[in-house]
Amino acid sequence: MNKVHKILMRSLSVWQRNIKVWSKLAGPSLLGNFGEPFLYLLVLGYGLGRFVGEIDGVSYMAFLASGVVCTSAVNSASFEGMYSAYTRMDVQQTWLGMISTPVNVADVVCGEILWGATKSFISVVAILLVSSVLGLVNGFWALLVLPVAFLTGLCFSSMALLVTSKAKSYDYFLYYTTLVITPMVLLSGVFFPINTLPEVVQGIAKCLPLYHAISLVRPLMIGGEMQLVILHIGVLIVFTAVSTILAVRQIQKRLIN
Amino acid sequence: MANQVNDPIVVSKNLCKSYNSQLVVNRLNIEIEEGCFLGILGPNGAGKTTTLRILIGHCLMDSGSLNILGLPMPEKASEIRAMVGVVPQMDNLDSDFTVRENLMVYGGYFQIKKSVLKNRIIELLKFASLEDKADSKINELSGGMRRRLTIARALINSPKILLLDEPTTGLDPQARQSIWQKLRELKQQGMTLILTTHYMEEAERLCDRVMVMDHGEVLADAAPKKLVKDEIEPHVLEIYEAEADLIEDVKNKADFTRYEKSGDIHFFYGEKLQNSLEIVERSSHDDYIFRPANLEDVFLKLTGRDLRE
Repeated sequence: MNKVHKILMRSLSVWQRNIKVWSKLAGPSLLGNFGEPFLYLLVLGYGLGRFVGEIDGVSYMAFLASGVVCTSAVNSASFEGMYSAYTRMDVQQTWLGMISTPVNVADVVCGEILWGATKSFISVVAILLVSSVLGLVNGFWALLVLPVAFLTGLCFSSMALLVTSKAKSYDYFLYYTTLVITPMVLLSGVFFPINTLPEVVQGIAKCLPLYHAISLVRPLMIGGEMQLVILHIGVLIVFTAVSTILAVRQIQKRLIN
Repeated sequence: MANQVNDPIVVSKNLCKSYNSQLVVNRLNIEIEEGCFLGILGPNGAGKTTTLRILIGHCLMDSGSLNILGLPMPEKASEIRAMVGVVPQMDNLDSDFTVRENLMVYGGYFQIKKSVLKNRIIELLKFASLEDKADSKINELSGGMRRRLTIARALINSPKILLLDEPTTGLDPQARQSIWQKLRELKQQGMTLILTTHYMEEAERLCDRVMVMDHGEVLADAAPKKLVKDEIEPHVLEIYEAEADLIEDVKNKADFTRYEKSGDIHFFYGEKLQNSLEIVERSSHDDYIFRPANLEDVFLKLTGRDLRE
């Protein structure tokens, strides 16, 4: 227990460092958090919504809102786990400073994952607010989207850190975004329900974490029955756990050699 | 219990480390006593930085054992680092923060209480002569100020041992002098300091013990004065750009014990070198120096004059 407490405290000190940096630039960061989903929802929801009409009995804008929640959680955590984390690992050597103290590599990685999830959380809070203002949210159940967003953030920041552990430069991240993140976003039911896709593609989508995040978020936001909740949460947890363990191991190899 | 003050606080036995089958640290056996100021000298690639990295658990040894402050490394790396300060070769201050915030955040990694930390930071700002710069951004600081801040940061946990990897490389003479002054203060407070350096003068002035390393091995290990006394002839005659005849004349007198040539400089090492000196003085050649031997001569004798990249 004492050991777990120590790891938690050390990870939190890493998390605190990052939130302190963020709070200095919170203005522009929050503008992005609020502005981007607002534009997406308004422009795509209105523009495309005219042609699409309703999906599953709700307006396209409302359908899209839950998708935007998930992609935003994915993008915030991924960006933080790749570009920002790489800067701290390699360019500024911030991590090297941290591990010159009682903080270990595992603490740094856990702190960074927590921070990535926090960024997801912040951005999803913004989208939820925007969505409620636009009348796209169906009641207080939508607040449960926040813990789901945090879990999604944990999942994608740990995956991003695993990618970062192997990165030689910023360009390397384009492989991951182009080959993994973008296809996942397109196929997981962000913009349209995936039951229109061929079964094989549906099968693949269901093996990926984003599909499960959306399956949790969508009914919470627009109402409807929650199905297979444990499975969806379980998949997100498994992806998080496996990529965290691998990321710790790889970053350990990279920094301690 | 009896001899506690002089008990070694760093003990390594047969430390070995190789990268790609090249030995970087070769059977390193060191004992460092509390309060000692140890300088590690060596050409590039000698294994100095690797040794320091092993001491803080940033590099895993292939074999051997290491004990610091009574704890085994790397098993107790975190606990050991809680009692050690590290000044890295490359500046990694947090550029997003001010001077004070840098110290604050770094103290957070040690889980130091906010109230304790506040007072500690006031002390350290004073120690590093950075009181006026407390709220400045890092990019507003000069190279010397950054180094002083890095040292202050390494002291945030009141460490028992301070490790410094080439702390004055790239600084102007004034900044270097001021760093030396700070390090001497720490030594007087009883802190154990371990420093790597390329500057002989630095080692000679600061350290009470100097270890010369090359190819991962310790070639000599003693007080700097003792090294100069034991390892090398007392005097050196350096002759620059001389006629071949003059050099031949000096060589024929043979009151030197060792001769070396580097480019167009001729080095004669010996006890008094009276005869050699007389010949040069009588000749018309005036580009020469006669001086007592120093640590650099020892260093070059031990590690050779070949260029290291």
